Amino acid sequence: MRDAVAQRQPRFARLGPVLKHGTPYAYLSPTLLLIILLLVVPIFLVIKYSFYDNVIINKNPVWVGLENFRIILRDSRFHTAVRNTLIFVSVSVVGHLVLGLSFALLLNNRVFSARTTGIFRVVYVLPWMFTGAVIAILWQMMLNPNGIVNYLLSVTGLSDAKIAWLSSRKYALGAVTFMNIWAGYPFFMVSILAGLQGISEDLYEAAAIDGANAVQQFFRITIPQLKPILISLLTLDFVWTIFQFDLIWITTGGGPLYATETLSTYIYKQAFSRFQYSQASVAAVLVLIACTVIAIFYARQQVARD
Amino acid sequence: MNAKRKWYTKPLLGLGLLLGATFAGFPILWMIANSLKPNSEIFAWPPVWISPNSSLEPYLAVFQDPAKMRFFFNSYLVSTIVVIVTLAISILAAYAFSRFDFPGKMVINALIIAIQAVPPITLLIPYMALVVALRLYNTYTALVLTYLLFTLPYAILMMTGYMNTLPKDLDEAVMIDGGSRFRALWNVLVPTALPGIVAVGMFTFMRAWNEYLFALTLTRTNEMRTVPVGISLLMGQHAYQWNQMLAMSVIGSLPVLLLFLFFQRYFIAGMTAGSVKT
Repeated sequence: MRDAVAQRQPRFARLGPVLKHGTPYAYLSPTLLLIILLLVVPIFLVIKYSFYDNVIINKNPVWVGLENFRIILRDSRFHTAVRNTLIFVSVSVVGHLVLGLSFALLLNNRVFSARTTGIFRVVYVLPWMFTGAVIAILWQMMLNPNGIVNYLLSVTGLSDAKIAWLSSRKYALGAVTFMNIWAGYPFFMVSILAGLQGISEDLYEAAAIDGANAVQQFFRITIPQLKPILISLLTLDFVWTIFQFDLIWITTGGGPLYATETLSTYIYKQAFSRFQYSQASVAAVLVLIACTVIAIFYARQQVARD
Repeated sequence: MNAKRKWYTKPLLGLGLLLGATFAGFPILWMIANSLKPNSEIFAWPPVWISPNSSLEPYLAVFQDPAKMRFFFNSYLVSTIVVIVTLAISILAAYAFSRFDFPGKMVINALIIAIQAVPPITLLIPYMALVVALRLYNTYTALVLTYLLFTLPYAILMMTGYMNTLPKDLDEAVMIDGGSRFRALWNVLVPTALPGIVAVGMFTFMRAWNEYLFALTLTRTNEMRTVPVGISLLMGQHAYQWNQMLAMSVIGSLPVLLLFLFFQRYFIAGMTAGSVKT
């Protein structure tokens, strides 16, 4: 009897409330499915790997507890990688910020026409358009012992030695850091420029009336107004630079003698050249923990701004 | 402020702009100049600024090499599929975020933002295991699938931002006329959101085209490799064919450069989507 009543209603009518609440999830289902397959499962796996003896190679891996963590934390190459990564990341991020901010301020002028500044803006963004492999080849050519950089140094009298920038233990880390700064500052520049254009002109006028000079205006108005953008940029760049892989891998492969070994080249070699997948997973998990802390900070900050 | 500008402001600013342009642009010009030179002149001391022996020969050599052309085919194919799939999934997700309130919305949104801070290499080892287990090693599918995790968050956030700017009356009008939600999305919202979709599509293409780490690790044979991996492999194979490597770099950068030059506004909007809220 109840069935007969239900059948007289249009099909799915009973499902109405369910569908109504289910609809957004239906639209989100491909996204959620991919997040589970490509994020949740892999993170679970990599954590699991770190507690087993050699996974992937070994068909029946055995639980070894914290043994892999002990090996990695005592590995002097891991220490070198952490140290190099900290240098590489901090110098890169500061370099990106300084160049990005300076170029954005240069472009945000009223002195030259919008057309002129527009052309400069295109040129300034260019390094960001190239893939890591191209930037690696480009700078390998520039930094060759017989390359243009050494030539310019000798012409200007700064240095006559034909320095092999990328194969010298002394200079290699600095050289890859420089390359990374060149490749990455446009992201800061464009974001900061958008931020600068959003600052109300009234603020500057009020400051000018109060007698603030350009430097005071910069530190009292520009920087505080840009603060939310700068925090986002620094957070994202910090994480992205930790895992800059292409440039270092193609130019130096972490060498010479681990002079440019960073966490990304260390994990990659440990996994795909030495086939120590479990040990590589430990390093990956350690960095994932660090990045998760940063990611939570970033997401909270972004959500708060919405 | 303009009235009180000092006499030296303009020349000083101009000098700054030119110095910056040299820093950004000279390496690129030097790459193009060297890609046209015979190999022997690339590391000449003193440098040959513009060689009388310049020719398009290195470019022809690249175009006539089927192995190198295969890298381009692979890159175009993978990037195009990634763009299509990313657009389809992100339009659906953005519709949910922009038109509904539902339990868990904040959490899912935060998760999508946070994915941007997940380092690819931490996922590479499990991806390798999954790809081998699913028999996808050395296939296009493996690349398309793994690229999605890094194209989707950005695409969803940007697409949601764009859809939020479109009035709800648009799709509600369709539904009042008896159309389904999906028809409202497909027939009205998608055409209206086209500029946003183009922006997301280009940005996704660029990400996919430039990706290196997964392409290097999840493929094995040259038939499956993409342009960035192909370029980096040339370094080992033809250590002395600098002009061809540079020519290939220039050709490999053209798709993204052209997209950028034609759709600059969208690119800028895309670059700032993650960090700047307007």
